[in-house]
Amino acid sequence: MLSQESLQQIDREIAKYPPDQKQSAVMAALRIAQVEKGWLPKELIEFVASYLGMPAIAAYEVASFYNMYDLEPVGRHKITVCTNLPCALSGGVHAADYLKKKLGIDFNETTPDGKFTLKEGECMGACGDAPVLLVNNHHMCSWMTTEKIDQILAELEDK
Amino acid sequence: MSGSGLILAGVDGDRTWALQDYVARGGYSALRKVISEKIAPETIIAELKASSLRGRGGAGFPTGLKWSFMPRSFPGAKYLACNSDEGEPGTFKDRDILRYNPHTVIEGMTIAAYAMGCERGYNYIHGEIFEVYERFEAALAEARSAGLLGQNILGSDFSFELFAHHGYGAYICGEETALLESIEGKKGQPRFKPPFPASYGLYGKPTTINNTETFASVPFILNMGGEGFLNLGKPNNGGTKLFSVSGHVNRPGNYEVAMGTPFAELLEMAGGMRAGRKLKAVIPGGSSAPVLPGSVMMDCTMDYDSISKAGSMLGSGAVIVMDETTCMVKALERLSYFYFEESCGQCTPCREGTGWLYRVVHRIENGLGRKEDLDLLNSVTGNIMGRTICALGDAASMPVQSFVKHFGSEFEYHIENKKCLVPPEVQYEGSQIYVRP
Repeated sequence: MLSQESLQQIDREIAKYPPDQKQSAVMAALRIAQVEKGWLPKELIEFVASYLGMPAIAAYEVASFYNMYDLEPVGRHKITVCTNLPCALSGGVHAADYLKKKLGIDFNETTPDGKFTLKEGECMGACGDAPVLLVNNHHMCSWMTTEKIDQILAELEDK
Repeated sequence: MSGSGLILAGVDGDRTWALQDYVARGGYSALRKVISEKIAPETIIAELKASSLRGRGGAGFPTGLKWSFMPRSFPGAKYLACNSDEGEPGTFKDRDILRYNPHTVIEGMTIAAYAMGCERGYNYIHGEIFEVYERFEAALAEARSAGLLGQNILGSDFSFELFAHHGYGAYICGEETALLESIEGKKGQPRFKPPFPASYGLYGKPTTINNTETFASVPFILNMGGEGFLNLGKPNNGGTKLFSVSGHVNRPGNYEVAMGTPFAELLEMAGGMRAGRKLKAVIPGGSSAPVLPGSVMMDCTMDYDSISKAGSMLGSGAVIVMDETTCMVKALERLSYFYFEESCGQCTPCREGTGWLYRVVHRIENGLGRKEDLDLLNSVTGNIMGRTICALGDAASMPVQSFVKHFGSEFEYHIENKKCLVPPEVQYEGSQIYVRP
């Protein structure tokens, strides 16, 4: 269900923990699975659970608890904007508003062409860089003026 | 970021994270000394106690005392954990430490492992900073290949394995026992204490958890001596501290200054108030710390004792600055939403209470407040505080209590007039929390 490369990455994560504690790698394994498949359908969570020798429900509990896992399909690019207070004081809410208007969607929606999903984020621990966007969970973009947002959307458009 | 102080000293370049640069700055000299001179663990802990280093994650617990709780002679596995799950709104210091000076954390953790007899450790890194997690992994690889980490460190019989664990979006995992549950591959729900982690921690084994900045301070303390570190600050508030300044200032960022530095100086370092506006309020220690009126804050110095005397907490050192264009009801509404969203759901008073707090503040902000609402808010916070397993319930309540206490008239104005005291256009141009409909 996962590529050889993903499985090798998961194996490297398993090796970080004591031999009888493979379950510790579940967060990383779900992340790696999500990067390959775009989101986490139930069958994929079950596969990860069986790969780690843990009950499927325990892996599902983890996948549904941490908010960066996507249990439903998202667009090709998921953009998360922090609107928490420190970011809001430096334009986080304005950046979110600009993105909504530009993409024509609200939070938790995907553009009709399937390219972009917009999410509202909680504190990313980067308040000094506000406004902050997180692209596809792993790439943080700092000091997002409207010009920079335009630029990033244009770059992502072709990817 | 300011390149002064200890941890951030000389880390303004592109490659300052790398081992070679760290060593050129004097890095790993403390660890080399500990190993080559076979310094007794008790001596290290005594230096920490003398330094008056207090936990930099928010609680401010004396680090030396915490280390002394570890049963060093306990047979079997003992663990060390670093809490880099930095998600307390306003706090962004550990991210800069990890991306500009990760080896100081690795060195500090290795010395800690030596002092407490831990064979293995994990650095739990906040989910949203994946790029920083990758950099820390790279720094770990450098340390391992240089013989500074792993089996037989620097040719001695001391071994310590250190790994990075990446979170995936849960504020609660910054709570130390939730963090341990998360490393075990579970939902991050806090454990009841006691037993404390020093007796029952990761995988049920004795474990010590410290914040990133706390570990990062350790090499400096050993190099300059506990007393030298203490004297940088003031009694009971040793050393330097990173302050993350955000909000309505000209230069948001991290500033590492001596404990006891006047707030007014810190504000000046951060470029002063944006557009020269008037200071209205400051949350001095991360979003959970009680808010203080600007005038009270201007008389404070940045240390545990001064901020505590003023009625708040130094917490994580996250200083959120708000100017006169800020609607305090709107500001509190956003914070209350955060705690509602992040409550793990385990304890009823917090799970239900945070929802009540958010909904009541939300209705006041939106012109639907009732005159009994302020009493209701106080009643709900009273029913949350002290009635939950972890501190998230208190963390959600303290902002509500303090906003209502210090800015009650603004809440009353909202309820009576069904609108903000600060006109929307002033908020749009100034505070920026508001968007035009």
